[in-house]
Amino acid sequence: MKNRQKELAELHQRRLEDGNGPVSAFRADLFRMFRKNRAAALSVLVILLLILAAVFAPVLTPYSYDDMDLGNRLSPPSAAHLLGTDEGGRDILTRLLYGARISLLIGVVPTVVSILIGAALGTIAGWRGGITDTVIMRLADIVLAFPSMLLAMVIMFTLGDGLVNVFLTLALLNWAAVARVVRAETLRLKNTEYIEAARAIGVSGPVMLLRHILPNCLPTLIVLFTLNVPAAILTESSLSFLGMGIQPPSASWGLMVNAGKNYLYSAPWICAAPGLIIMVAVLAFNFLGDGLRDALDPHQKNR
Amino acid sequence: MKKKLLSRLGQSLIALLGVALLLFLMLRVVPGNPAAVMMGEHGDNAAIARMTAELGLDQPILTQFFRYIGDCFTGNFGTSYSLSKPVAELMGGAFLNTLWLALAAALFAWILGIACGVIAAVRKNGILDHLFMGVSLMGVSIPVFLTAMILQYFIAFRLHWLPIAGMDGWKSFILPAIALGWNSAGSVARLVRSTLLDILQEDYIDTARAKGRSQLGVLVFHALRNAMLPVVTMMALQLSGLLSGAVITETMFSINGIGRLAVQAISGRDIPLLQGTVLFSTAVVILGNLGADLLYTVLDPRIRKGGGPQ
Amino acid sequence: MEQNTLEISHLTVSFPTDRGGFRPVNDVSLTVRKGQIVGLVGESGCGKSMTARAVMGLIRSPGKVTGGQILLEGKDLLALNGKEMRSLRGNELAMVFQDPMTSLNPVVPVGKQVEEAILLHRRVSREEARKRTLEAFRNVGISEAEKRSRSYPHELSGGLRQRVMIAMAMVCCPRLLIADEPTTALDVIMEAQILQLMRQMRDRGTSILFISHNLGVIAQLCDYTCVMYAGRIAEQGDTRELFERPVHPYTRGLLGAVSSLDRKGEELETIRGSVPAPGSLPAGCPFGPRCGLCDETCRGACPEPREISPGHIVRCFHAGEVPV
Repeated sequence: MKNRQKELAELHQRRLEDGNGPVSAFRADLFRMFRKNRAAALSVLVILLLILAAVFAPVLTPYSYDDMDLGNRLSPPSAAHLLGTDEGGRDILTRLLYGARISLLIGVVPTVVSILIGAALGTIAGWRGGITDTVIMRLADIVLAFPSMLLAMVIMFTLGDGLVNVFLTLALLNWAAVARVVRAETLRLKNTEYIEAARAIGVSGPVMLLRHILPNCLPTLIVLFTLNVPAAILTESSLSFLGMGIQPPSASWGLMVNAGKNYLYSAPWICAAPGLIIMVAVLAFNFLGDGLRDALDPHQKNR
Repeated sequence: MKKKLLSRLGQSLIALLGVALLLFLMLRVVPGNPAAVMMGEHGDNAAIARMTAELGLDQPILTQFFRYIGDCFTGNFGTSYSLSKPVAELMGGAFLNTLWLALAAALFAWILGIACGVIAAVRKNGILDHLFMGVSLMGVSIPVFLTAMILQYFIAFRLHWLPIAGMDGWKSFILPAIALGWNSAGSVARLVRSTLLDILQEDYIDTARAKGRSQLGVLVFHALRNAMLPVVTMMALQLSGLLSGAVITETMFSINGIGRLAVQAISGRDIPLLQGTVLFSTAVVILGNLGADLLYTVLDPRIRKGGGPQ
Repeated sequence: MEQNTLEISHLTVSFPTDRGGFRPVNDVSLTVRKGQIVGLVGESGCGKSMTARAVMGLIRSPGKVTGGQILLEGKDLLALNGKEMRSLRGNELAMVFQDPMTSLNPVVPVGKQVEEAILLHRRVSREEARKRTLEAFRNVGISEAEKRSRSYPHELSGGLRQRVMIAMAMVCCPRLLIADEPTTALDVIMEAQILQLMRQMRDRGTSILFISHNLGVIAQLCDYTCVMYAGRIAEQGDTRELFERPVHPYTRGLLGAVSSLDRKGEELETIRGSVPAPGSLPAGCPFGPRCGLCDETCRGACPEPREISPGHIVRCFHAGEVPV
């Protein structure tokens, strides 16, 4: 018995010494992925371009995103307006560039919030078990039971329109799936030798969660993040498309498609450009997420 | 086994009640008195107060909730403010349309998804594999409204093959079904491929080959049979996605379904209708999940007969 | 002259790797005579199973047979096309796999899985196939055959499942049965029963290539034994001769590592070092780095097989020498 304790303590020590074990292994995995998976590498490039477009939008275009030019409505792509103009005579390319700001924010901010909430609740549920677990997971079940679009509509209805409310809605929508995955991961880790070792030498609960459980969930969380960003972008674009998300004159890609849908047959370029850019952005994040999952997910490694 | 089933049933019931409560609470904190909304502009304060009492809106919120739930069980989902009809009646007609749309979309998604998934798995790392997986990821990434617009523009508007929108016979359901099923087809293809690749590594596949089964025989009689298990589970998960997508598809193709009703409810600030449609859709999803679990039990002898050694 | 059921000569299996190819089976020659049980023994990863798979034509891509010849009753298996090979598999050529837990399809009743093997190779009705299945079940000692045949794999114990696998392999009376560690996953009692079953099969005219890492089992069962190391056959000979007069240092090491009652009290000898990683074989004799007799000759070239007495073949420059 004594021996077992000592052994476990040593194991724990070793684990601490190569403390960033999971992290450095993770870096190697990443490197290997980009070298092997060209689609993922290309996706990173696309995402970087989108970020640059969002940041430098004012520099890249002479127009402003809400400059109406009623004499120049619905004009097809030309030298002056590379992607044409919309129903208000606004330059579509300009609005796409500014739209990247909103879409990227929509992708990232609520996803980070939902991952923080989901990770916190998931680890606590998995670690504490019992009634805490039941309550949290039942709540997650309830959120997950809703068709996401309908729940998003109801929350937006309750909160009212606006960017911040879209953030909130998406965060409230997505935490549950994260919590479920993190809880499962926590349960798995809880039974591993080195957590047992840490317990045997009396590491306290919160320290355990922060130093051992969460860092080991990191790869999973990163994959979840990359896959939730495109999901958030899609949900926002659908909401805005229905007129329930971002409000004009802000330039959101979904909103642009919404405005253009009445002119689909006379001026299809209004819908085409934002519609395609949504797809490209979502595709890039999905490819990256897929690549990351293949590279990082320990459960899939042996395939 | 029976016990497990009962607990699963209880779980679904609790989820349904939770959904109803959550929905009820969310819609109660909406600013504005529903009675006032209902009366419109010509309601004086006294009339609004009378209406409030009539609707039971002055009661404690839990009382209101349990009354609502009780009513729901008798098929009474309240009366729509904006359409002045019983919500149940509105949903009854709409549900059938949504059901047909979802079934058609699911059929499309399953046939396409399974075919592409199987071919990709069999030709792993071949050209078709890369092509199908690229296209399926694109299928997962494309917003429903874009698929719908592309189909409307090219197939209906340019080529005149099918109606652009409306509810004019079965033909008008084809484009919406494809638009709605496209996303699911992508995820089905990806799931089928990865499941099949796992199964082809199993020992019993070697056994089947050692028996003298041909490649195709192994695939059909041994691999696909096992691969269908996780795929069935996914069928239920997709129900939720299909109902989400139906909101957009129905709106774009002017199909009078539950999703379009929900959109109408929001633009009319029609709380009973919104509550009814969302509760109903979610109930369908929960039932679907329950159904899939039961189906899984029937399909997998390991669960069906329960226990056994190991 | 006796006919040989299986004749493998100079068989080589290669896997392409980043650094050239890797050969899990390298220049292997062995013969299974009619009515014989031949043992193939070695540590895990030495290429035993890969040899078996090569005979069955079941090597998984990207591996493939890159050299040699496999003759089944004089028929060149490597020259057959897919269809011809399939008509032999499960018919004249059958295999029992190591793990009965995973080798049966979990969603099909076991009886059906045996019937399948019959229906694939014999033009008989379903009822006839069913009858033969039950008979095969009785032959391998499954009681209540009727009831068991309707069971799913998870409802049977490991021993029963392995019997089902053997019934499946034997149902078409194959010329050659390849048994790939059929008892490794079972307990000792089951093992003894399965071995008894193997002897009955042989007595009914099926030759057996029996793969194992367990020398005890090999000694009990096999008429002739091949010892494999790192893809090559290090030594082969009649079981009795091999166990009494092993000449290859590796065989000697293996036998030394087996505990035996009449050597009670002596310390067990072990072979030092461990099996080289796949693809990183040393130059010269692959066993060199672990061998007490290794010298310049051994490091310079891999020894060719030579026959030191009739039927006793060894790949070693120093066969029979004693380390100083």
